Amino acid sequence: MKYESVIGLEVHAQMSTDTKIFCGCSTKFGAEPNSQTCEICIGMPGVLPVLNRKALEFAIRTGLAMHCRISPYSRFARKNYFYPDLPKGYQISQFEHPICEGGFVEIVVEGETKRIGITRIHMEEDAGKNIHEGNGSYSFVDLNRAGVPLMEIVSEPDIRSAKEASEYMKKLRTILRYLGVCDGNMEQGSLRCDANISIRPAGQKEYGTRAEVKNINSFRFVEKALEYEIKRQIRVVEEGGKVIQETRLWDSAKGITESMRSKEEAHDYRYFPEPDLVPIAAEQRWIDEIRASLPELPDVKRERFTSEYGLPKYDADLLTTEKPVAEWFEESIKAGGQPKAVANWMMGDLMRLLNEENREFTDCPLKPFHLADMLKLIDKGTISGKIAKTVFEEMYRTGKNAEDIVRDKGLVQISDESAIEKIVDEVIAKHQKEAERFRAGEEKLIGFFVGQAMKAMKGKANPQVLNELLRKKLS
Amino acid sequence: MELYSLGVQELRRMLDKGEVTAKEIITSVYSRIDAVEEKIKAYVTLPRNEAFLMADKADRDLSAGTKKLMTGIPVAVKDNMCTKGVPTTCSSKILRNFIPPYESTVTSKLIEAGYVLSGKTNLDEFAMGSSTENSGFHTTRNPWDTERIPGGSSGGSAAAVAADECSAALGSDTGGSIRQPASLCGVVGMKPTYGRVSRYGLVAFASSLDQIGPITKNVTDCAMLLNVISGRDFRDSTSAPVLVPDFTAAIGKDVKGMKIGVPKEYFIEGMDPEVDSAVREAIRKFESLGAVPVDVSLPHTGYAVATYYVLATSEASSNLARYDGVKYGFRAEGKDLIDTYMRTRAEGFGPEVKRRIMLGTYALSSGYYDAYYKKAQQVRTLIKDDFEKVFREVDVIVTPTSPTAAFRMGEKTEDPLQMYLADIFTISVNLAGVPGISVPCGFTTGNLPIGLQLIGKHFDEETLLTASFAYEQSTEWHKRKPAL
Repeated sequence: MKYESVIGLEVHAQMSTDTKIFCGCSTKFGAEPNSQTCEICIGMPGVLPVLNRKALEFAIRTGLAMHCRISPYSRFARKNYFYPDLPKGYQISQFEHPICEGGFVEIVVEGETKRIGITRIHMEEDAGKNIHEGNGSYSFVDLNRAGVPLMEIVSEPDIRSAKEASEYMKKLRTILRYLGVCDGNMEQGSLRCDANISIRPAGQKEYGTRAEVKNINSFRFVEKALEYEIKRQIRVVEEGGKVIQETRLWDSAKGITESMRSKEEAHDYRYFPEPDLVPIAAEQRWIDEIRASLPELPDVKRERFTSEYGLPKYDADLLTTEKPVAEWFEESIKAGGQPKAVANWMMGDLMRLLNEENREFTDCPLKPFHLADMLKLIDKGTISGKIAKTVFEEMYRTGKNAEDIVRDKGLVQISDESAIEKIVDEVIAKHQKEAERFRAGEEKLIGFFVGQAMKAMKGKANPQVLNELLRKKLS
Repeated sequence: MELYSLGVQELRRMLDKGEVTAKEIITSVYSRIDAVEEKIKAYVTLPRNEAFLMADKADRDLSAGTKKLMTGIPVAVKDNMCTKGVPTTCSSKILRNFIPPYESTVTSKLIEAGYVLSGKTNLDEFAMGSSTENSGFHTTRNPWDTERIPGGSSGGSAAAVAADECSAALGSDTGGSIRQPASLCGVVGMKPTYGRVSRYGLVAFASSLDQIGPITKNVTDCAMLLNVISGRDFRDSTSAPVLVPDFTAAIGKDVKGMKIGVPKEYFIEGMDPEVDSAVREAIRKFESLGAVPVDVSLPHTGYAVATYYVLATSEASSNLARYDGVKYGFRAEGKDLIDTYMRTRAEGFGPEVKRRIMLGTYALSSGYYDAYYKKAQQVRTLIKDDFEKVFREVDVIVTPTSPTAAFRMGEKTEDPLQMYLADIFTISVNLAGVPGISVPCGFTTGNLPIGLQLIGKHFDEETLLTASFAYEQSTEWHKRKPAL
């Protein structure tokens, strides 16, 4: 039998605000444990939360970018449970009245564009972290992360394969990074993903029983974990069993999901409206201002890159995944670079060099004008494409201008026929035997002569002129 | 007249004229404390050294000419408001060793205004109770009869004011916890409009109902203290962005033509006849002053107690979850995490607190939420609407504060429901969020004080003060002192 999988994702994105969601403590990652805490995020008696306006703005920004409706009435709610990293004994979250509802994002899978519905986006505070070190008789609690603002982005069960889920995650990350609301780093925990998965015989309308898979903490694992879980559920059904509603944990070391708790063991969080915070009624004017300040989003940008610059789809896609990359590209065009050439150099040499050093475009030592200027030198015939490779690396390493490098290193291409002719004569004189073989019809030996001449001219000969001269002299 | 027996206005006048120093006042108050506290047990913590240091500072400010509204005035603070460096216990074993590293907004304002903290007063544990018998430490006694309770939960504050162990006090009121003990102790107590006074640093019992207010020897003092503690606070988003008037300007205004609503639902069978007649006498007094009594109805009054005990306990069950022995306060080490949680909370909380946590947890549980919490919220709206309708017709509402005068210790401890009914006349005011005040309006034949409750419109404490002051000035009740 053929099966279809039905997947919905709940994604937690850490907002990149400077301060926590309900107090003024810093959100900086990696500080001394408990150094970024105050009476509010430690949950001392009598303290009260006050909403960080920036966090609200970020959530609205995200909602607008994902085509959601911004709720005219939104509220926080308390999610009650006991855990040492949860200082108040409840998490301030949203339940009945999330800030954003009913949107979508588009993904492209195997050339097809598909819409994934967004059920809701809500705000909440992060918990702290329990650290288990030492002899095991006790644990440590670090509350630096307690109160860091999160968005939970809940998708509709519109995802039909592990591949789609992975594309969806990548798309969310791209949008969040474009908006500047989340750094999108899954490995550092600023993007976390829980998945609800069920399977059903292909063509069936009703949903099957779903399992929730938690702890998918890397982009690499999104696809792997879901593929595993889909196969597991199919196996259960094919062996005559039933999928049970439960929460499962992805174990990346073993590459499997394992049962964590069943439906019966599920927590009763006793949600109720947070009485310490007043309901949110975001003013339409403010929402409009936020909408007006949204950057051009990746889908629109990609379309524009193909129509405006005539880039192939593949190039446009690659250059718009990250906003700084797209910006780098467009600045280089503005500086006079020819679009396809800029794209080729960026996707080839530049990305290779950056990757080697594990660097991002945001701290790329090469500026967009560097590339544009170099491309002009190629167009003018000052340097050859081959020399350009050397110039490019040199620009990258030193930050010098292309022209300066060409001048200082004497890399100017020689197109002067008499200068080239002299070398050509020398090379043919030196290699009489090969010359005769060429004349006898061994055409491929032309490469040998080009190589020898280039070597003698330190690669600076205009390859076209050289070629013509060689053929003339050898015939 | 001893200094300790004087109220805020009187002491302010004497301090400003240089007739007395802040040190003389705190010395007098502490001599009174030394004399009667053993009988009354109003306080949980008496920070004598800090109090004298604050008085010294007040005297320096007075001689430097930089005095403020409360410079040199000894005020007692209920022990559920955080005072930096001074223990704040909520009269609970679970917070017995808790010393806040921060100051509540109300006490910050009092410090800014130059007050002297006389001490932290006793309460029912976490403000849950109507007699202080639920205190984890001891029961405060009613100064009028030390065999009786002072009311609660701000019983310590009310008793301290009545017994002249301070010139004024702060209480907190979730369902009557300022007004009921003020009534039972023969003093003035006001619960301001929800949102009028910042709750930052007030240890939460039920966040949507809690409100801090003054307990004083007279109505003028109440207005003076309210001037100091009111106002929008950026640390409390439920504090209201409304202007704070000078409340003392409401003192001395005429009540001629003022419409006084008398709700039939507050004059019920089973009420102490002496209370009933004292309140009716007070209404006649208002009439003689030119006010106009109007019969009104608050039809959903009968649901108030049930509504309150669903909502207040629900919020409490969540508010009290933080006392888990992990971060601060009392911890009973168990064999593992869950055991530590359970033992800490089993040993740290008293029976009434546990009862309410269980009630609230139940009301919020999946499957019961709609029937209890949600339904109670809907009824709360109806109760609020009742008040809004009546306030289209009248300026204030007059009721008894408590159905009875002070009861004996132990009289109601065996029956929590009987105890809950002590707040039957005060609870609706919290549910509606409107302001209420209790002023003395007579004595029983057994010489126990009776209180009159006046209820006002949202953010109209001024009319309450005008009416209360006019009534107070036409009677002698507030001049009586308990014999100690």
